[in-house]
Amino acid sequence: MEFGFSDEQREIKATAREFLASRFPAEKVRELAESGNPYDDALWGEMCELGWPGIAIPERYGGQGLGVVELVILLEEMGYALAPSPFISNAYAGALIASAGSDEQRERWLPGIAAGTARGAAEFTNEGGPVVGAAKGSTVLALLTDGGPRIVPTADAELERIPVIDDTRAYFRVRAESGDPLPGDVAWARAAGAVALAAESVGLAARALDIATEYAKEREQFGRPIGAYQAVSHRLANMLWAVEEARSLTYYAAWCADADPEALPLAASMAKARASDAACSVTHDAIQTLGGIGFTWEHDIHFFLKRARVSAQLMGTAAEHRERVASLVGL
Amino acid sequence: MDLTLTAEEQAFRDEVRAWLAENHPGEPPAGGEDAQFEFARQWQRTLHEAGWAGISWPREYGGRGATLIEQAIFQEEMARAKAPRPANVLGLVMGGPVVIAHGTEEQKERFLEPILSAEEIWCQGFSEPGSGSDLASLKTRAVKEDGGWRITGQKVWTTYAHHAKWCMLLARSDPDAPKHKGLTYFILDMEQDEVEVRPLRQITGEAEFNELFIDGAWVPDENVIGGEGNGWAVAITTLMNERAGLGATAALGLQATLDDLIELAKRRGRAGDPLVRDRIARLKIAVEGLRLGALRSLTATMRVGIPGPEGSIAKLQWSAANQAMTELALELGGLEALRTDDSWSYRFLRSRANSIEGGTSDVLRNIVAERVLGLPKLR
Repeated sequence: MEFGFSDEQREIKATAREFLASRFPAEKVRELAESGNPYDDALWGEMCELGWPGIAIPERYGGQGLGVVELVILLEEMGYALAPSPFISNAYAGALIASAGSDEQRERWLPGIAAGTARGAAEFTNEGGPVVGAAKGSTVLALLTDGGPRIVPTADAELERIPVIDDTRAYFRVRAESGDPLPGDVAWARAAGAVALAAESVGLAARALDIATEYAKEREQFGRPIGAYQAVSHRLANMLWAVEEARSLTYYAAWCADADPEALPLAASMAKARASDAACSVTHDAIQTLGGIGFTWEHDIHFFLKRARVSAQLMGTAAEHRERVASLVGL
Repeated sequence: MDLTLTAEEQAFRDEVRAWLAENHPGEPPAGGEDAQFEFARQWQRTLHEAGWAGISWPREYGGRGATLIEQAIFQEEMARAKAPRPANVLGLVMGGPVVIAHGTEEQKERFLEPILSAEEIWCQGFSEPGSGSDLASLKTRAVKEDGGWRITGQKVWTTYAHHAKWCMLLARSDPDAPKHKGLTYFILDMEQDEVEVRPLRQITGEAEFNELFIDGAWVPDENVIGGEGNGWAVAITTLMNERAGLGATAALGLQATLDDLIELAKRRGRAGDPLVRDRIARLKIAVEGLRLGALRSLTATMRVGIPGPEGSIAKLQWSAANQAMTELALELGGLEALRTDDSWSYRFLRSRANSIEGGTSDVLRNIVAERVLGLPKLR
């Protein structure tokens, strides 16, 4: 039994941390968020060269044939960097088509998704119609509601940008009359998608904790660093608790998606519920620790708070996932 | 990452399981606390004869030298079989490991075997009425005389003191040294007139712990561990041993409590109440968060020698979850659960100590803040 990353997985994590830190420094994230179009084609091209879009797609469709654990490693790092990217939408569409699509659908769509040259995008939630991240610029949409699980070429759909508070991702309401039904069961992919989003939330919470901790070491009031006061340091300890608990549950759920699918429904709901709550509370507490500067547009922390809040509403809220947990433990 | 057991680990689990099926001592006897303690002592002898008592101890000292994973498997099987705890818990978990780490060859020869066989029970004399979280401020004095030390002072929260032959005692041997430097670690013989043990009645009504009144008790030089003035460093080893590996075993206990809670919710007709469902789901998530964090810790410790940050929160997670479960049980159970003869009322009261015993949650947060997050010290 080993509940930790292998040498190869640690390598993926280190590469991702380094790449994302150099390509998505805070100024770049801010520039993309404020531009109104958070996605940078050149940076997406670089991720494609690294093979990231196909990380969890089978090799016969041009992917790397790795698993949800590796996907989660990348997404935790993308959350840590708060990298604006169509990556998660593309990966989710890939998981839905790979696990629930027909052979023909796989042949047709997965190579483009794996290469990142013909991106997919998938439904995060339904509010007045399917809501899809990074729909614009994608080639194919994987939709789940208002007509059942199906595939729609993006060109056949009507997209309406929804101006939610998270400027680091673009959200679209989709209207599509028809579609090509996904014949398989989408339950596994939906759970894996929730785990992927949980990983992103864990990463952004970990970064918010780091930002708040560094500030608490430097900011002085009443003649000493505020991190020396227990009112502040105990809050930071509680934030670490939230991050680590969410991280353990998320890694486990990722492993279940790859190796123990029967345990996945419970594991995924526990992970998404805990990670959503952790990201919301930790980003809130980070702002409290930063004080007035944390409430300014100039400081970056609000981008984390906003991503956390929007992600908490996607792929099942914490309360919805806890309701599933209750059912699965026998209530 | 692979959470399944390897073939070797499975073989180990099967061996433990088969042995427990064969050797389980059954229910503890009715009757007084003394009879129950003798039962636990006999159970430890049985464990020791099969080589299980010192599962974490090196083989050269009579232990099994099991890996952390094997220890976790062993504890899980013990819990699954509802096997009782051995009598000499503090000797096995703290006393023995300290003698192994800091003792002389003579001390190892003298003390280790009777710990394993439960022939000599150990207790711990650290806390004092004036020194709880700030342990290093303790005032019990050790005065040097020819051939040994004369000890005077008071200790509190001393588990098993009334059964113990030996007490791991921390006392101030140099009142002029800085507080962490003036301490020495002694092994005090409890069988002398100068040591008086009084039971300490707690909010549950029972007396698990004792007070120790020490008035000029004698410790010969050969019962100093780790040398004069090194008591703090030696004591830290025991506290680390107390906390290491707590998470995996604690999560098993919590899961059993959660199962009881789910049964209670059903029996009281509250299984469909959305508020109850949400709270139970939160508790399930907390239990699994602790269990999985403990497994991450085990893996990290086996790989690099120290647990990661997830290990620092295990005690916080456990105490919060256990307290929250017993609170929900009282709400669900109504006055029935509050009866003095109901197990929930006992569990609720007993769990109030969880966030105090073995390091208060407040001090643990200080430790997380300073050692994990690197925040400045208040002092």
